[in-house]
Amino acid sequence: MTTLTLAKALNAGLRRSLADDDKVVLMGEDIGTLGGVFRVTDGLKAEFGAKRVVDTPLSEAGIVGTAVGLAYRGFRPVIEIQFDGFIYPAFDQIVAQVAKLHYRSHGNVRMPITIRVPFGGGIGAAEHHSESPEAYFAHTAGLRVVACSNPADAYVMIRQAIASDDPVLFFEPKRRYHVKGEVDETANLADARPMGVATTVTTGSDVTLVTYGGLVPTARDVATAAAEDGVSIEVIDLRSLAPVDYATIEASVRRTGRLVITHEAGQQGGVGAEIAASITERCFEFLEAAPVRVTGHDIPYPPAKLERHHLPDLDRILDGVDRVLGRPNSLSGVEA
Amino acid sequence: MTPSDRDATGLLTRPDDFVQLVTPTGERHANAEFDPWIADIDLGALGRLYRDMAIVRRIDTEATALQRQGELGLWPPLAGQEAAQIGSGRALRDDDFIFSSYREHALAWVRGVAPADLLSVWRGSTASGWNPFEHGMAVPQIIIGAQTLHATGYAMGAAWEGSDAAAIAYFGDGATSEGDVNEALVFAASFDAPVVFFCQNNQWAISEPVGLQSKQHLARRADGFGMPGVRVDGNDVLAVLAATRIALDRARRGEGPTFIEAVTYRMGPHTTADDPKRYRTDEELAEWRERDPLARVLALLEASGVDVAGLEREVGADADRAAAELRAALTTIADPEALTVFDHVYAEPNSHVERQRDHYTRYLAMFDETGAAASETAEGGAR
Repeated sequence: MTTLTLAKALNAGLRRSLADDDKVVLMGEDIGTLGGVFRVTDGLKAEFGAKRVVDTPLSEAGIVGTAVGLAYRGFRPVIEIQFDGFIYPAFDQIVAQVAKLHYRSHGNVRMPITIRVPFGGGIGAAEHHSESPEAYFAHTAGLRVVACSNPADAYVMIRQAIASDDPVLFFEPKRRYHVKGEVDETANLADARPMGVATTVTTGSDVTLVTYGGLVPTARDVATAAAEDGVSIEVIDLRSLAPVDYATIEASVRRTGRLVITHEAGQQGGVGAEIAASITERCFEFLEAAPVRVTGHDIPYPPAKLERHHLPDLDRILDGVDRVLGRPNSLSGVEA
Repeated sequence: MTPSDRDATGLLTRPDDFVQLVTPTGERHANAEFDPWIADIDLGALGRLYRDMAIVRRIDTEATALQRQGELGLWPPLAGQEAAQIGSGRALRDDDFIFSSYREHALAWVRGVAPADLLSVWRGSTASGWNPFEHGMAVPQIIIGAQTLHATGYAMGAAWEGSDAAAIAYFGDGATSEGDVNEALVFAASFDAPVVFFCQNNQWAISEPVGLQSKQHLARRADGFGMPGVRVDGNDVLAVLAATRIALDRARRGEGPTFIEAVTYRMGPHTTADDPKRYRTDEELAEWRERDPLARVLALLEASGVDVAGLEREVGADADRAAAELRAALTTIADPEALTVFDHVYAEPNSHVERQRDHYTRYLAMFDETGAAASETAEGGAR
């Protein structure tokens, strides 16, 4: 075991993937000489050369579009989108090409492309640097969407994403890049938990709390705080947003009867909406209360000094827990 | 420059402002730079280029007729662009990879795509007609210009592997306004990618004249991206062949990308769903009819002493046979099975798609007797 930050764990995973498969190429803005604005690719250009770790022109559609061509040629491109809010120029290439070429070509053309996206807020950044655009991609057939939350998962999941024959949107919680954790760099990928399977972070019997990415540590704190209040919370780290591991969530909700979903992204049409609807369809008779979503507001990402009024935090999530428990809460007397 | 250098749309046009080796009346112009690249094209080879063009024109006419008869949902005719497509296509090596738009049926012909595979997409039976790796030709692209980036990435990869194969991207005048095309030009230049940007300027992007896309010859844009731009008469198969060979040679020698503007004309509608009478004149059409890509080759062959009547008879029979094969191929295109709608969304097993497939399988089973019985017993599992 090695103690690594989440960013270093990603770096180690990328290094391992580059070493294991010479068809793996990294592409992005400032990822080579600089090592990326978050240093996730630090040292990789020096180690593998400019044809494996490629500094590209400032052109997100260009990066993704050329990656499609490289995939046609048999490469496994790994793209870094510098910040979440910069991904939109590449939206057409991702949604109309990367996601659909396998289907369009009857399985003849594979798109083993990994698109890394540092996402989420909480770092006091300027506009376009704190967004959570994952739902756009979870809505798109042909893409897999995952989010890591800790160094151990980051190390394994980035390698799994790169090894996948399907395109993967890989969301990295940028506010957790410096969180440290134990990483087993000797672990065999074949023995690892599949990327599409969720993790039960804490077991509990009263409420199931589902989240992913940067809010997983927050959810763990929620469970600790609630326990002091006599409430037992089961925290599930989704890891995969498309497809969602409903088996794990459903099994939990059948025991707890209560579901809270929290994410930084807005509520409308979000991952939480889909999970609330699906779980209601699948195990309605086990629910003691309507599922509750605690999410970012449906607003453009606000200025840094307002982001604490946008992002779900410990207290807002606890308020959601109170709602499913029928305890006094922010909507007492308002909602049935 | 005089006012007459601009056409009705404001585009700078001088008819002689491109490389032309064969005039519309079949006169051969000497060109010191281009001639060496087609020195091998003797009268026999020229006859074969004519044969290619005549056959793809006949295939195109037949497919248009099949659409009118309700056999195809849509067809984007290539009529008028035979020389641009055959001239460039015959310059390629087998291991060069083609990234085309949706109108390059002649390239599919050059690459040996079977008639049924050419039609199946337009019949609505499949999303792509052929395996790209069997023909060295990507799934034709419908998003305007997107394929130029794919060609560039493919070429970058080929060069990184040490191959001297090239990629060629086909796109139209309308596509040059797309961000993707401009980004592809940036990437290709920066990485010296062995790619040929083959722009068929057919004057119209559906109803929009090229003057709306550019106030300047498209080929001149190449200079700003740091690559050579060459403007050829796209209705002159020899000029196109030579220009493409020059560009491919540059690519193979590691000298990077080239932009070719082939000046041609879309004689038919954008697609069979379009009515060009709403936006262009009969006079314009008549003018371009005078610049027909096939007629000038016949004229040149005739002036060179070839038995043109015999050639036309022979090629006409080949073309009729190709058309008959195309029509016959229709009957071999099976309607796809319902549940194949779920096939190939992902390369790897996917729990979400599998669940929807399972549910829909059960739903369909309700409509047949044996299935209905099966559905009842499986009801619990379906929920």
